[in-house]
Parts: sequence; C-alpha cells; structure tokens
Amino acid sequence: MSDVGTYLYAVALAEDPAPSEGLTGVTGGPVRAISHAGLVAYVSAVPLTEFGEEPLRRSLEDMDWLGETARAHHRVVEAVAAKAPTAPVRLVTVYRDDAQIRSLLEQRHDDFVDVLSRIAGRQEWGVKVYAAPSEAPQPEEPAAPSSPGTAYLKKRQASLHTREEAWRQAVARAEQIHDVLGSVAVASHRHRAQDPQLSGREEWMVLNGAYLVDEERGGEFGQVVEGLRGEGIEVELTGPWAPYSFTTAVETGESEARDDGP
Amino acid sequence: MTDLEPRGAELAREGRLPSERVALVDLLDRLLAGGVVVSGDLVLSIADIDLVRISVRALVMSVRESDTIVGARRDE
Repeated sequence: MSDVGTYLYAVALAEDPAPSEGLTGVTGGPVRAISHAGLVAYVSAVPLTEFGEEPLRRSLEDMDWLGETARAHHRVVEAVAAKAPTAPVRLVTVYRDDAQIRSLLEQRHDDFVDVLSRIAGRQEWGVKVYAAPSEAPQPEEPAAPSSPGTAYLKKRQASLHTREEAWRQAVARAEQIHDVLGSVAVASHRHRAQDPQLSGREEWMVLNGAYLVDEERGGEFGQVVEGLRGEGIEVELTGPWAPYSFTTAVETGESEARDDGP
Repeated sequence: MTDLEPRGAELAREGRLPSERVALVDLLDRLLAGGVVVSGDLVLSIADIDLVRISVRALVMSVRESDTIVGARRDE
C-alpha cells in the first residue's frame, strides 16, 4: 500500500469540455481527469501524511490550512464548472487509489447523471440577509450610581422587549425574502446562519440562503435581490457559485438530509 | 472611561475580519455542508461535519482572544 491518496474535487460528464490544462490542486500537485462510465472525476494525488485521519484532525484546527485547502479545492471546482455542468464534492474526500474512483463513477453513475442534468444550465447564488439589532438599545450604559435599580431593570426589560420584537420582524421578513427568491429559483436551500465571529458582522444574520437559478434568469434574480433592500435590513448577494448547495443528493452510504429549507 | 466608549464601539465595528476571510466563510458553508458526500471505502471524508464545526469555532475563539490581546496592548 502506498502513502499517497487520491483527492476528489468534482465530477462531470465525460462528453463535456474539460477545464484548461495546468490546474493544480490542494497540495500544489497537478489535477488529473479519470474518465470512466461516461463520467469524469477530477483528482490529484495527496500525501496521507497530510491527509490521513490523524494529521487532518490537527490540520482542521488550523484556519490557515483550512483556508488554503478550501480555496485550492474551490479553484479546481470553479475551473471545471466554467466549462461544464459540475457536481462539486465535499471538502477533503480522499480515496485510496484511482481504482476506487472508477468504481464510484460506475456504482453511482445514475445518481451523478441525475444531479448533473438537474444543475445543467443553472447557477447557484447566495443571499445573506442581516438585520441591524434595532437601533442598539444602549448596551448597559454605566448607570449613574444614584439611579434606582428598578428604573434600570425597567429600561432593560423594555430594551429586551424591543429586541425580541425586532428579531421576530426580521425573521418574518427573512421568510418572506426566501419565498420571493425561491419563486425565481428552481431550487433553494437554507444554510445555517453564520457565526458572527466568522462572518465578522455584528448584525443578526436572519437568512443564509442558496438559490439554484437558470442562467438566463440570473439578471432577473439580481434585480429581485436589489428590490428587496430596505429599511432595517441589509441584503448581500454572492455568486454565481458552482452548485455546491444542490449536489448533496448524490450520497453513497446512509443519506442524511439536513437543514433543508421549506 | 467615557472617552473609551465611542472608540471601543468604533474598534468593534472595524474589527470585522478582512474581506478575504468573509468570503472564506461563504466558501466553508458550501464546502463543509454542500457538495457530493461520499463514504464507504474511501480513506477519509468530512462526513462528520460537527467535528469541523467545533474545530472552526474553537479556532475562531482563539483568533478572537489574540485580537483582544492586541487591543489591550494598544490601550496600555
């Protein structure tokens, strides 16, 4: 057995155009195409000293490593998706050898073809909606020592109430936005709200949506997003993305549909 | 103390992560919760998202702590 694994990035139809030459993968090594059963898998060799289970556990704690790996993975997916309908594979999926990849393409052939035909001619857009915590009700300003405790508590209660109400409204607005966007999209998916520490935003993220949109309706989708901007909320559009959020249906092993939107 | 209030708020506002990292967050949403999930004979896959989520969270906490330290030094 070797200490080299095969890292899988994406799967496409073998008949579709290939990405340009010279692609490099997660460790800087060349990306290769493995064609089998009418499908093509884009892979690169990775050392198991870095991509084995134990080293990986440590690496995943390292934001720099995670960032570099994610970006390298994304670069390959983007290059493939620029030319052909593409099913991106989840980050860090490593096989023992090429033979295993060929057997994957064979065994899951129909699932891959289904998914690829569903996302063909479509793009994923991301829409995040933030709500400003209602005019920041004075975060515990150091009360003058003379001010009575009850007044302080009342003020605090009132401010909590305002925040709750603002939150409820923002959530309702997000639902409405998700529905409107969903009506232009062929499929939608809600990701979990991002951790404020990761997003770097203090506002509440009330929607972290992904929308699969026909390519020719991309402009229309953008306009709908523009039209949603309004008081109290901020709308952020990202993309177009390769259809990351709409290819999870090809699951081998037990399937586990999670955080699916309504 | 009163002088510090607005400055603290300002720092907090500017304290957002660089845009490169903001985009990484969006990427991680997709790379860790999206994409084709395969399991079986492979050597490894992040089927266990929770492991990653926990790790990332722990990491962010550590990033944040070091930020605080930098801020504190500036105040000295």
